[in-house]
Amino acid sequence: MTSAVLRESAADPATPSVRAALQDPPWVRATLIALALGFVSLFLLLPLLAVFAQAFSGGLATYFAAITDPIALQAIRLTLIVAAISVPLNAVFGVSAAWAIARFDFRGKNLLITLIDLPFAVSPVISGLIFVLLFGAQGLLGPWLIEHGIKIIFAVPGILLATTFITFPFVARELIPLMQEQGSEEEEAAISLGASGWQMFRRVTLPNIRLGLLYGIVLLNARAMGEFGAVSVVSGHIRGKTNTIPLHVEILYNEYQSSAAFAVASLLALLALVTLVAKRVLEWQIRREKQS
Amino acid sequence: MASPRNGVLPGFGLTLGFSILYLSLLVLIPLSALFYRTASLSLADFVAEVASPRALAAYQLSFGASLAAALTNAGFGLVLAWVLVRYRFPGRELVDAFVDLPFALPTAVAGITLTTLLAKNGWLGRILEPLGIHAAYTPLGVTLALTFIGLPFVVRSVQPVLEDLESEAEEAAASLGASRWQTFRRVLFPALWPALVTGAALAFARSLGEYGSVVFISGNMPLHTEIVPLLIVTKLEQYDYAGATAIATVMLVSSFVLLLAINALQAIGRKRLAGAGGAP
Amino acid sequence: MSIEVRELWKRFGDFTALRDVSLHVEPGELLALLGPSGSGKTTLLRLIAGLERPDSGTISFEGEDATERSVRERRVGFVFQHYALFRHMTVFENVAFGLRVRPHARRPSESQIQARVHELLDLVQLEGLARRMPTQLSGGQRQRVALARALAVQPRVLLLDEPFGALDARVRRELRRWLRKLHDELGITSLFVTHDQEEALELADRVVVVNEGRIEQVGAPDEVYRRPATPFVFGFLGEANWLSTTVDGRKARVGFRPDDLELSLTPLDGHAFPARVSRVQSLGGRAKLELMSANGGLVQADVPAERVRSLSLSPGAEVYAAPRELQVFFEDASAK
Repeated sequence: MTSAVLRESAADPATPSVRAALQDPPWVRATLIALALGFVSLFLLLPLLAVFAQAFSGGLATYFAAITDPIALQAIRLTLIVAAISVPLNAVFGVSAAWAIARFDFRGKNLLITLIDLPFAVSPVISGLIFVLLFGAQGLLGPWLIEHGIKIIFAVPGILLATTFITFPFVARELIPLMQEQGSEEEEAAISLGASGWQMFRRVTLPNIRLGLLYGIVLLNARAMGEFGAVSVVSGHIRGKTNTIPLHVEILYNEYQSSAAFAVASLLALLALVTLVAKRVLEWQIRREKQS
Repeated sequence: MASPRNGVLPGFGLTLGFSILYLSLLVLIPLSALFYRTASLSLADFVAEVASPRALAAYQLSFGASLAAALTNAGFGLVLAWVLVRYRFPGRELVDAFVDLPFALPTAVAGITLTTLLAKNGWLGRILEPLGIHAAYTPLGVTLALTFIGLPFVVRSVQPVLEDLESEAEEAAASLGASRWQTFRRVLFPALWPALVTGAALAFARSLGEYGSVVFISGNMPLHTEIVPLLIVTKLEQYDYAGATAIATVMLVSSFVLLLAINALQAIGRKRLAGAGGAP
Repeated sequence: MSIEVRELWKRFGDFTALRDVSLHVEPGELLALLGPSGSGKTTLLRLIAGLERPDSGTISFEGEDATERSVRERRVGFVFQHYALFRHMTVFENVAFGLRVRPHARRPSESQIQARVHELLDLVQLEGLARRMPTQLSGGQRQRVALARALAVQPRVLLLDEPFGALDARVRRELRRWLRKLHDELGITSLFVTHDQEEALELADRVVVVNEGRIEQVGAPDEVYRRPATPFVFGFLGEANWLSTTVDGRKARVGFRPDDLELSLTPLDGHAFPARVSRVQSLGGRAKLELMSANGGLVQADVPAERVRSLSLSPGAEVYAAPRELQVFFEDASAK
């Protein structure tokens, strides 16, 4: 598992002792840099610019009409609700699992760690599929749910479940290496000084992990709001009811309402940019803290 | 359970219990529904589904395009990581931060954007079509989309290893008369390739299951441009749960095999770092 | 407060850290747990603190069985090897921590906490640093904050795990003297773990020599140095030369210290043995010599430099060496 803590980004001076004998000749450098920048421009910059260009291609009025359209607003609302529930839930899970894994030894620990990596190994479509198999009309619990009038698939609860499933590893993956690296001495000291478990957690553990926690939450949130595949499978695409922003974008696009689709998509692109910035800032702060 | 390592720290029962409960409800039970469903298929039916011409075409596309994308990313990703770690140029920080865009950008947005770019009258399509390169609604388009998706994996895998490399081995090679290229080939690359392969494997694994960024550009014609995840979704929409499950099982198994391979690669990588010239 | 440890056993998986360890600690004494890495001394300290549970045996404070009590209930002050200061709190908040987490009924008022923390910071000579963060302090300063923090809760026992291990030599020596003074002032029963025999001998009222999970000897510094109970104790507490020989028909190992050797050109007494000088190294007022004995054994000698000059000793010279003190350990004797 790599995390922000362990992945020191290349922001400090490159390998401090790249001395004269190791410098690549200028033409090599220029070529490689050009190659790298070209690749990045083509595959990353261009698409990003295209999103905004297409979004505004119909003029400002069309843009605002698209994002204030009632159905779009419903989609935004649903996305926010889903994030507001799945993010805290998964954060609590992440802290809990990290505490158990980083501070204790027990049989099955490796299995637990592997399980936590699961959503990353599995296609989003399959992540949605398993919930359909469980709660769908022909699913294992389908008949029982119909009997009791509970709708999970093709309704908001299904979306919640799929999103929570897809995003649950993020915080745990950040915190486990972080807490392992920090060691348990401060917490032991707190206990030896008379603190109760909650006092120790509140006063010692939480402050120490807050940056890693925030980082994990930023990533979690980005994924929760942007998830498409899994949610697409469970949502039923019921306009105004079970569409999140990504699904709404899909519908608009499939109806050839290109500008409107990109207008709404630009909101997600903005979210992505904010996420990138937040990620960067937090990484920088984490590295600074480690160095002192 | 075995006794916790530390008899002093509180909360073991609480945190482990909650974690296991959470995982069971969210992960294990739903997953078991999949296996239950698969088990209810007869072997003959299972094979028929999984080896149908349509499925086979889908595997070919998904695996083929993912492999091509992973290899592309391996090459360019290595260059990118090298450039970011070793060179200084204006905007380096920006580019470094930008590498994570495919992680942060929702797949649907990436999907419609890439399709629009590569369509006949898109910014890129306009240049490519006259040259006879058809990207939209073709396997090529799928590969390009998957290249976007997998870009960060190789870069972020190789960067830390590059950063941690001690310069002494390189200096020794230089002092013994090796050219930069020889030094790269004989000294640096052997240290880098586990990370490189790990990153490529991660990109490959991600690409296999990718849906949102690919489903728009791939044209989705059965037997020609249908990726496996779409095949699963289509079967679901037709209430062919059995078919969807069967194919999903194949995907799941290959994902697990990949995961094991990746873990093994990462272990090799770690051992190498601990052995020669890496951080103690 | 006295401490009684009886028949303590502790295993970690396949590894036995402590075997049948028993110890009595007098109220108010400063006790050193001395031994090599892996000997079990830190494990013993942590068991007394309550940071680990023994597999069997008992620990009593002032006659009361405390084996089942948690570390919180034992009221011990523990100073960790790497200080374990709370990195996000100021020095002040670190020291105040134990007072702030007290249950409401026993919690002191804010002004009382202020007074106590400043009193302690004065005591450890860190007044004026209350607002600093741990990362802004030197190693020696952090050590003293850790000590002040442990003392804030008025522990009955002070336990220090390699308190000076991470500091450089000069700071270590200063802090040693300072700790002894502090202990004399406060009179709290204190145990500290160290692998440095010089530190143990200089600081402690009594020394507990630990090896491979067992206590080899307990006694005043002078006693363990001059009347070692086992060859290990002798070898660990200072430089040692060894001879195998028979005494009264029993096989024995004889140890003597390099600085206990008297060198002369003719045998001084019955214990003197002939040797040839193979190396001379002068270090200020003393000289270290390597001697080859008649049967090819290597003997280290540490004598005043002036002696070397007056005897004109140089490599190749023949000389007689007589140990002033011998420690005889019979090989057939069972573990003492």
